[in-house]
Amino acid sequence: MNLLALPIPWLEAAIVIALGGGLCLSLLRDPIRAWRLGVGFMGAVFVCTLVACLDFYYGNPTPSLTGGGEEGFFFGKKLLGIDEINAPLLPVVALVHFLTALATGRTKMRRFSLSWSLVSVAIRLAIFGSLDPTALVAMLIVGVVPPYIELRNRGKPTQVYVVHMALFVGLLLLGWAFIDPAGGHQTQTAWATVPLMAAILIRCGTVPAHCWITDWFEHASFGIALLFVTPLTGVYAAIRLVLPYAPDWALQGIGLVSLATAVYAAGMALVQNETRRFFAYLFISHASLVLVGLELHSAISLTGALALWIAVMLSLAGFGLTLRALEARFGRLSLAQFHGLYAHSPTLAVCFLMTGLATVGFPGTLGFVAAELLVEGAVHASPLLGLALVVAAAINGIAVVRAYFFLFTGARHVSTISLAIGWRERFAVLTLTALILGGGLFPQPGVVSRHRAAMTIVRERERQTELEKVARNNRDETSRSGIQE
Amino acid sequence: MNHGTLIEALGLITITMPVLLLALLGVSSLLDRPLSENATGKACQGAIAIGLVAAIAILVLMLAAGTRHESIELGEWVIIPDYHFEVKLVFDRLSVPMAILSFVLCGTIAAFTTRYLHREPGYNRFFVLYALFVVGIILASLAGTIETLFAGWEMVGLSSALLVAFFNERPAPAQNGLRVWIVYRVSDAALLLAAIVMHHLQGHGDFDELLGTGALPWPDGHAAVTSGTALLVGLLLVVAAAGKSALVPFSGWLPRAMEGPTPSSAIFYGALSVHLGAYLLLRVSPLFDASILLSAIVVVLGLTTALYAYVTGAVQTDIKSALSFASLVQVGLIVAEIGLGFRYLALIHLLGNACLRTLQFIRAPTLLQDYRLLENAIGGNLPRSNGPLARAPAGFRVWLYRFALERGYLDGMLTEMVAVPFLRVFRWCDGLERRWTDFLIGRGSRESDAVKAYSTVTEDLP
Repeated sequence: MNLLALPIPWLEAAIVIALGGGLCLSLLRDPIRAWRLGVGFMGAVFVCTLVACLDFYYGNPTPSLTGGGEEGFFFGKKLLGIDEINAPLLPVVALVHFLTALATGRTKMRRFSLSWSLVSVAIRLAIFGSLDPTALVAMLIVGVVPPYIELRNRGKPTQVYVVHMALFVGLLLLGWAFIDPAGGHQTQTAWATVPLMAAILIRCGTVPAHCWITDWFEHASFGIALLFVTPLTGVYAAIRLVLPYAPDWALQGIGLVSLATAVYAAGMALVQNETRRFFAYLFISHASLVLVGLELHSAISLTGALALWIAVMLSLAGFGLTLRALEARFGRLSLAQFHGLYAHSPTLAVCFLMTGLATVGFPGTLGFVAAELLVEGAVHASPLLGLALVVAAAINGIAVVRAYFFLFTGARHVSTISLAIGWRERFAVLTLTALILGGGLFPQPGVVSRHRAAMTIVRERERQTELEKVARNNRDETSRSGIQE
Repeated sequence: MNHGTLIEALGLITITMPVLLLALLGVSSLLDRPLSENATGKACQGAIAIGLVAAIAILVLMLAAGTRHESIELGEWVIIPDYHFEVKLVFDRLSVPMAILSFVLCGTIAAFTTRYLHREPGYNRFFVLYALFVVGIILASLAGTIETLFAGWEMVGLSSALLVAFFNERPAPAQNGLRVWIVYRVSDAALLLAAIVMHHLQGHGDFDELLGTGALPWPDGHAAVTSGTALLVGLLLVVAAAGKSALVPFSGWLPRAMEGPTPSSAIFYGALSVHLGAYLLLRVSPLFDASILLSAIVVVLGLTTALYAYVTGAVQTDIKSALSFASLVQVGLIVAEIGLGFRYLALIHLLGNACLRTLQFIRAPTLLQDYRLLENAIGGNLPRSNGPLARAPAGFRVWLYRFALERGYLDGMLTEMVAVPFLRVFRWCDGLERRWTDFLIGRGSRESDAVKAYSTVTEDLP
């Protein structure tokens, strides 16, 4: 049966399945049964998004940035859709959720709420599928709720999260209230662009508004924390809400702050003494690297940033899953002392190193070409920018290998029980590893797809500049003719 | 089959065999189905032998046809408007000897290791990393573009650092492996920047175009760059080479790297890895013709390293460290020769030094036995001669002895001047962040503080 030929709105189907699954699971009390059903729902969600993506590439003609599929009409507005930018992101987001659910150990099944995870994946897919900016703003605001509930349910302090997210929501609403959606990036007022820019920087965890991410990793369950951050939702919001409306000076401002964050977070990852905080800073550094590439808004840097985005999502998910598997066996691990776990979990050690090095663009992995493109684009803008990116990548690489040495070498660890990787964890981590290596060895299709997406963004911004130029000329002519009369 | 097609086929075999070896050993390990010791040994011998025969065949064909430069373009790995990543291999008077040397020494070490590490728990791990190293060194040797060289360069660096930490039940190898990795990352960053600057200035990273070795084969190429460009790119490449070849001020990692098993010490720090920086300088040597200042810097760097390694090596008390510094003396001289423009001499020096050090390293575990045989043969202790400083003032000799014993204070200097301030700044920032989150929560905000350095969940030997 040809799935692509079926007249099904696959993206909406994925969201409905996720929401229905979440509701269904909330009624179950048996954690094992709930887990089995939950993994089934997650798998179905992944299949739907994969078909939606294939449908976009092989079924329908390519829509424009503001276009989309035929689905998703709501009160006369096209809310959801798939375009060149989000087409590959949707299945990647769903895959990360599916693999995280699959790799959840029995000991963690009570703690890892699959019903909330399904609701969260529905929200995330709605965010990534939003073509209408107002709908995206609404979904971004809804998206901050599940993590708050997670913290409350676990009895953890919520203040840091609440303060930052309240600021995010407030600035997002303020900025959006002043935005002229019909206008371009040269006609927006500072009242619109500055709060919007600040909101996105907070959501991305840019310094100095990044502490909510480290706090979130401190207090949430690792799986939930991983799923909330790895899709880099803030970056998506930047593409849809900031790039079309922000003037050049605002983009440069975001770029500089992101660059400083990338280097700062890399340095902070190097001095952390605990695995979760180390991971949180690694994430912040990489999210900022992606943001830097976006804000340079040249075709090469955008291609690099968009390719790096997918590479970072897959590699950080794999890296996070290996850390989570270690936590499931040994509890939270210190990076102040050698643990020597290699002998017990060699596969975990190898996957840890491979996924970790993939995040920093090691040759042969998905991030290699993406990082090269990003640095190339940065050097074109300014050699110092390129230097800073290389420094950030170098420090991140040191931090990853340092963590590897502390966790897997340097001591003799003896256990009377098997601590080897389980088959579900192995499947999850090896799937991500295969994607990372496959994409790294054969990067051309992925890079071409990201280049098309980059060109869509560049053309859209150029089109707006042209329209504004024409409008300005018309205004000037009108005023001149008024003076002559 | 014509000459070009034959060279292309053989070139592909040369690079494919190490890749296949890595795929075989890597995938089987990832699937938790590692090959037996016997199968691993045979796979290594087979892959290296086929690669070596292909490389020698290329040399013979080139000599027979009288060609000095052959390139194989494997196509554009990535191509989009305004950017392309080309994979290109070059066979010339520099790369072919280096590839043959790499295959010969790697094959020797593989044969040695199958016995040396027999029934060691890390046998399979060693060979996976060894295969990664072989891919890296062959890729770097034959690279026709700086991006391809960078890929090989990084693989060599990672495998080196992980093999230093091979004995993973003790902290010292891990600490030293990390130290080596940090220096390599600095070196990688410099090489990446050089690649990007080349791309930015020339629009491509092709050595033939940058160094003019397409028209006039190595070493006669003429770099079509200005003196300033040559100096900028050249300095970045010198930093990269200094990190990889343990030149001053990065020499401190070399004795630390001796924590690894003897076969890896031989192949990495006696033979190939430590010469890779010199090889890079040889590859870009036409750049030095464009800048006298750059050449002078390279000569001074090489001579300083040679002098430093001679003095430091003289007081080493373990054979592997002594050999590594002996090797470094020669690497320093090779670098100086490159700066002075003696490129063939530098290449021959490099090949000879690599072979000699490999032999010395793999004989190192039986050194005492060798000495005993020698002393038994001559019927007394081996004669010891006074060094050249025997008549120097006592104060100076003591100072020099301490200097050498502390390895020129290079390690301490880098630690005190770079690592410590760096860590201090970020720890201070970490403290600020802690105060901020504690303030928001109204109490201690970090659960991670409760994570003990030693986990009580796990068991350990008494």
